[in-house]
Amino acid sequence: MTTLTAATTTAVQLKAKRLPKYAPWAIAAGALLVGLGGVTFAADGGPVMGAIVAALLYFVALITIATFVEGGRAARNRAASALIGSAFVLAVLPLLSVAFTTISRGADRFDADFFYRSMNGITALNAGGGAYHAILGTLEQVGIAVLITVPLGLAGAIYVVEYGRGKLAKWIQFFVDVMTGIPSIVAGLFVLAFWVMVISPIFNDGRPAYSGFAAALALSVLMLPTIVRSAEEMLRLVPTSLREGSYALGVPKWRTILKVVIPTALPGIVTGVMLAVARAAGETAPVMLVAGGAFAINGNPFAGQQTSLSLFIYDQASTASQYAPARAWTAALTLVALVLLLTIVAKLVARRSKLTR
Amino acid sequence: MAKRIEADNVTAYYGSFKAIEGVNMVIERKSVTALIGPSGCGKSTFLRSINRMHEVIPNGRVEGTISVDGQNIYDKDVDVTAVRRMIGMVFQRPNPFPTMSIFDNVVAGLKLVGVRRKGELQVAAEKALRGANLWEEVKDRLDKPGAGLSGGQQQRLCIARAIAVEPQVVLMDEPCSALDPISTLAIEDLIGELKDSYTIVIVTHNMQQAARVSDRTAFFSLEKTGDPGRLVEYDETQKIFTNPGEKRTEDYITGRFG
Repeated sequence: MTTLTAATTTAVQLKAKRLPKYAPWAIAAGALLVGLGGVTFAADGGPVMGAIVAALLYFVALITIATFVEGGRAARNRAASALIGSAFVLAVLPLLSVAFTTISRGADRFDADFFYRSMNGITALNAGGGAYHAILGTLEQVGIAVLITVPLGLAGAIYVVEYGRGKLAKWIQFFVDVMTGIPSIVAGLFVLAFWVMVISPIFNDGRPAYSGFAAALALSVLMLPTIVRSAEEMLRLVPTSLREGSYALGVPKWRTILKVVIPTALPGIVTGVMLAVARAAGETAPVMLVAGGAFAINGNPFAGQQTSLSLFIYDQASTASQYAPARAWTAALTLVALVLLLTIVAKLVARRSKLTR
Repeated sequence: MAKRIEADNVTAYYGSFKAIEGVNMVIERKSVTALIGPSGCGKSTFLRSINRMHEVIPNGRVEGTISVDGQNIYDKDVDVTAVRRMIGMVFQRPNPFPTMSIFDNVVAGLKLVGVRRKGELQVAAEKALRGANLWEEVKDRLDKPGAGLSGGQQQRLCIARAIAVEPQVVLMDEPCSALDPISTLAIEDLIGELKDSYTIVIVTHNMQQAARVSDRTAFFSLEKTGDPGRLVEYDETQKIFTNPGEKRTEDYITGRFG
């Protein structure tokens, strides 16, 4: 704040009365006290009712006090800030709740057995058992799906952005958009009908065969449009001036794309891939349809049935056994941690190519 | 090694819109030629036609011939990348590659066309940076990102990048319009030095700049919006600014038009 002398303030009043910095917090504390203390405990209204009353009280009190002390414009500003703040809290609450629930319930079985053993020979009456086979399955299936979709998706995005002219590019974009909305069960059915029933018998003495690879194909169908769309957006964000700068050096178009355009867009492309990976790792239905599920360790994605973490969760959550729910929660925690870990690693790798300032 | 450029009846289009029509001019080797004129008169389009950058724009095409030492660069079997390697370009806004260090930016042209030997790249980088009067300022931080330099330094980095591939002609599209007067002076001095080894064509909106740096000046103009731009007058800079042959040139440089 600049200091104003009386002589300069004759024209416009620049200083206004302001509530002290701690005022919103004090009002919030008071509202919480009344809401939780009065409604939840004294009137036995429950925590949700108490929180709602506290929030309403906070709004009313803040706006009233601000209107009296600071005037109308400042009060509207306070109201808007309070709305944005509470919207943020509302958005974060479910996230925190999910994280808290998974961690607190998943911690029970977060032991060596869980990561070292499979469910082979574990009946409803046995404690123990683990998800080694499911973690392995998820890693293999998602890994293969990434190997399939990243080159394909990137190539598709490059075609649409850098080479595509006219109708073909428009149609590709349209179908990618349509594919984004395909329900995962449909992708599973497609691979079941196409790969498991028609192609796999060729390699398997005429009998259809479930496999982890089929699951990877189904996940690929789901991941591909996400990767194409996000890579497309990121490539479009690369300024034309960079491409022109490269062309003007006599660099051919394909090299310009490889060495200038893609590195510039890389962090964004990696984020898109990780979104697709996170979605694929959480899919249950297609894996169940085409990989069949398994209780024992099967490290070969090309032969024999496999399971995945999400299918493992589904199995355990629907098993009538007092030990199963704990396994399901720990698997859920593992899945979240796995996706988080992969995202962190991918971000670090993408950043390494950037220079330190 | 600098080349002579002959433009013969050059007409350029954006789709169906004719941007310039029937431009004939001869650009002498080891000289600085300034292209001036009001906005939309096609001087940048003409400049971009000289190294076939105009066709990079969707639906952009050029008719007529532009010959470099007698070789028409618009011949059917001409390799576009070879043309651009011979005729470098500096753009209006500095555009260093953001993922590359200062060193990598300078040698980007060499690296991307296949030069790999580290020693060769280092020699070329120092030579180009010295040529662009940037070496003393960046020699201790060659591994830092090019985007971290100031605007004027970035533009000199782009000039270093352009001359590192040892072109014969350097085209500059308003290279100082985004820069402060001190950086502009640095680049104008640089243009004076580069003239000894390169043919330089510069588009500028700043007539004092054209008068300061160029040997010959071409004035482009258009009758009215929507018409194609034409070359109105092309002569010694001295003559254009003191005793122009055309009334329209005089009106423009004295500020009565455009």
